Amino acid sequence: MKIKGIAVPAFIVAALFTVNTAWAGSIVIKGSTTVLPIAQKVSEVYMKQNPDIKISISGGGSGNGMKALIDGSTDIADSSRFIKSKEVSLAVKNGIYPVPFAVAYDCIVPVLHPTNAIVNITMAQLKDIYMGKVKNWKEIGGPDRPVVVISRDTSSGTYEVWHKKVMKKERVFPGALLQASNGAVSQAVAKNKNAIGYIGLGYMSKDVKALMVNRIVGSADTTLDGTYPISRPLYMFTPGWPKGDVLNFINFVLNPEKGQKYVSEAGYVPLY
Amino acid sequence: MSKSKQTGKGRQKREKSIRIVFFGVALASITTLFLIALFLFMEGIPIFKDVTVIDFVFGKYWYPTDDPPAFGIFPLILASIAVTVVSSAISIPLGVLTALYLSEGASASVREWVKPVVELLAALPSVVIGFFGMVIVAPVLQETLNIPTGLNLFNASLMLAFMSIPTICSLSEDAIFSVPVELKEASLALGATRWETIARVIFPASISGICTAVILGMSRAMGETMVVLMVAGGATMIPTSLFDPVRPMPASIAAEMAEAPFQGEHYYALFATAIILFLFTLAFNVIAEQISHRYRQVGAATL
Repeated sequence: MKIKGIAVPAFIVAALFTVNTAWAGSIVIKGSTTVLPIAQKVSEVYMKQNPDIKISISGGGSGNGMKALIDGSTDIADSSRFIKSKEVSLAVKNGIYPVPFAVAYDCIVPVLHPTNAIVNITMAQLKDIYMGKVKNWKEIGGPDRPVVVISRDTSSGTYEVWHKKVMKKERVFPGALLQASNGAVSQAVAKNKNAIGYIGLGYMSKDVKALMVNRIVGSADTTLDGTYPISRPLYMFTPGWPKGDVLNFINFVLNPEKGQKYVSEAGYVPLY
Repeated sequence: MSKSKQTGKGRQKREKSIRIVFFGVALASITTLFLIALFLFMEGIPIFKDVTVIDFVFGKYWYPTDDPPAFGIFPLILASIAVTVVSSAISIPLGVLTALYLSEGASASVREWVKPVVELLAALPSVVIGFFGMVIVAPVLQETLNIPTGLNLFNASLMLAFMSIPTICSLSEDAIFSVPVELKEASLALGATRWETIARVIFPASISGICTAVILGMSRAMGETMVVLMVAGGATMIPTSLFDPVRPMPASIAAEMAEAPFQGEHYYALFATAIILFLFTLAFNVIAEQISHRYRQVGAATL
């Protein structure tokens, strides 16, 4: 009886809350796990400043985000690539016109153990290393030590960039050590003087040494002017030109004083 | 209540209801296991529409996100078997000999200290052991043996051995402890030394229990995830040396599941990998059960 006495008002309160949230604005974001940290950081702040807006975010990959955009089950689709023409035609068939917003840049930097003397590497050398063709650092002008290749799990967005830009869609050889996160790669490289790895610019620390690629230092500037070769824009797509709450949120994300500040916190390069 | 207690009928009713409750409790875990297995097979089987079972199990390349993808888990299976075998080679002698020492050689005060400490090893979270292997053991291995990387098969096996020693040791000790004391006394009375008694009487008498302990320890090593994820190196290659980086099945599943698109090929392939892993540990447990049944020690007369 006692329990019932508590349960009934609790139920009413819960019901009131759900009704309340249904009245308030809500935004659904789905898609790329690469963009996920940005979406999460920015929405946290946004919801704090606009308590009546509820944002629900889920990952699932760029492809899934696009699928949700096409069938109208999301307000914003995160994507680490541009929309494919097949997806555009599917969306248009459903009466939806996808609108892209570039929200940040992803910049991937090859890293070495700090004791390795090599400072510059070419894209061709990187590809040879990751295909398992270069077995010793002296083959590309380094010390006489074996090369230990560290890569990311094949399902990560960072690997995707590497696979496309550096490997030109060739396979990373099976002997490469696969790590599950940027942090794990950085840790593994810092502990191994033979190692080479690659991490997002935002994860750079003094425990590892960043390599120049084709004599260009990976940085926010070289990413934005397009000279640094291993980078890509990240997008948020909306079904049609955004309105109301979604427009406000997109404006917040793109605002250099607001959302863009959290882009670098999430480990990416902001637009400005 | 007190009235029904006195009558025979009430007592029977009570007995019956208690039995039903206990049956339900026993059924709950069986149902859970059954449902998990069912789910595993439902989510794993669809991959075989795209890949044949032979190509899946014996395929040498695992590139699940390539276009077209390659789903061959042979290197993963070999890696799992390799880490299990190498870790058993370390943990079986250590575990069984520790158990023998604790039950036959050690004084009461030593046992009181050593036993809880060994069992405390089992309480160490696997992520702690993994971290230890990654940050402390890997650089030491690499420097002292002058090998390319410290994150390899051997390091993972070593860490897994740490984890299975407590299982092997405490289950073996129970088996040794349950050897009837008459056997030991008879052996000693016939003039056998203590070593002869241990080697010829106690060890053979407890062998079934020790085998069960060993196999359960091995199945623990095979299914362990965190340690192999952190320490084994993660290279999807067929190992040719003790110091090659490897990628056992649980590591692959744990690392990739979060990013695999829901109910896509990659997702199904990971579940199919889990089915293979499940079959392996199931086999281990069935063997353990068989051994403990067949060679069960019944009283002192069976020796």
